Amino acid sequence: MLLARIVGTVVATRKDPRLVSHKLLLARPVDPQGTLEGSHLVAIDTVDAGVGETVLIVSGSSARMATGLKDTPVDAAVVGIIDTVDLAE
Amino acid sequence: MILGRVVGEVVSTKKRPQFEGAALLIVQPITPDGSARGASLLAIDSVGAGRGEIVLTVLEGRAAGEALGRKGAPVDAAIIGIVDQIETE
Amino acid sequence: MQIARVIGTVVATRKADALANTTLLLVQPLTPHGQPAGRAIVAVDTVGAGVGEEVFFVRGKEASFPFHPAEPPVDAGIVGIVDQRTVEAP
Repeated sequence: MLLARIVGTVVATRKDPRLVSHKLLLARPVDPQGTLEGSHLVAIDTVDAGVGETVLIVSGSSARMATGLKDTPVDAAVVGIIDTVDLAE
Repeated sequence: MILGRVVGEVVSTKKRPQFEGAALLIVQPITPDGSARGASLLAIDSVGAGRGEIVLTVLEGRAAGEALGRKGAPVDAAIIGIVDQIETE
Repeated sequence: MQIARVIGTVVATRKADALANTTLLLVQPLTPHGQPAGRAIVAVDTVGAGVGEEVFFVRGKEASFPFHPAEPPVDAGIVGIVDQRTVEAP
């Protein structure tokens, strides 16, 4: 899974019917210290996350195991909102 | 499947029960001419491969579980053959 | 699978119901010689690993298999702790 920050939302009117009523979030991965890095990705929200929050994103076929996403054509889902990250040292 | 060379092995006592008795080998993916390419990975050995050998490795969970002969094993890579010869144009 | 070092823990109160009671660890993938390789990711623990330990983890839907018949939405899972690794010289 990835740590990422929600940096925006995505609205799509014309989309696969199975995506109707799902919130699309624009996320960008962060390193363990919270610094933004790498490419943006769009993920389906399943935990009511909002812009500015640090979240847990699951990718690939596992994303469809998130609540309400069975059989939906998605490859990334927000499945948690991060409270803290405790690092060694 | 990919071609790889066995470059090492890993010993683990505390692991998922499905791994009991299976060797864990470090595989370096190679091009057909034998040059290393990309990052190495860890694979379950199902054919008795050894250090230095060129092997055929499957990188898909269901197939890897079949190779291991244990259903529901949390594996994503398995060595399924030892390569005798590679012919290219 | 890949070798990694557990470098931290991740706490999330609001999360998918299927993730309740799971332990989320931050892991840094390693080369066979123990050098960090690529970006750290979050993996669910299934073997009682702790911070500082060297482990191996599986990627993909297979990471959920230890929780069968539950299917938590996870794509990386720690499935073993490395006691020893033997690698030829680079």
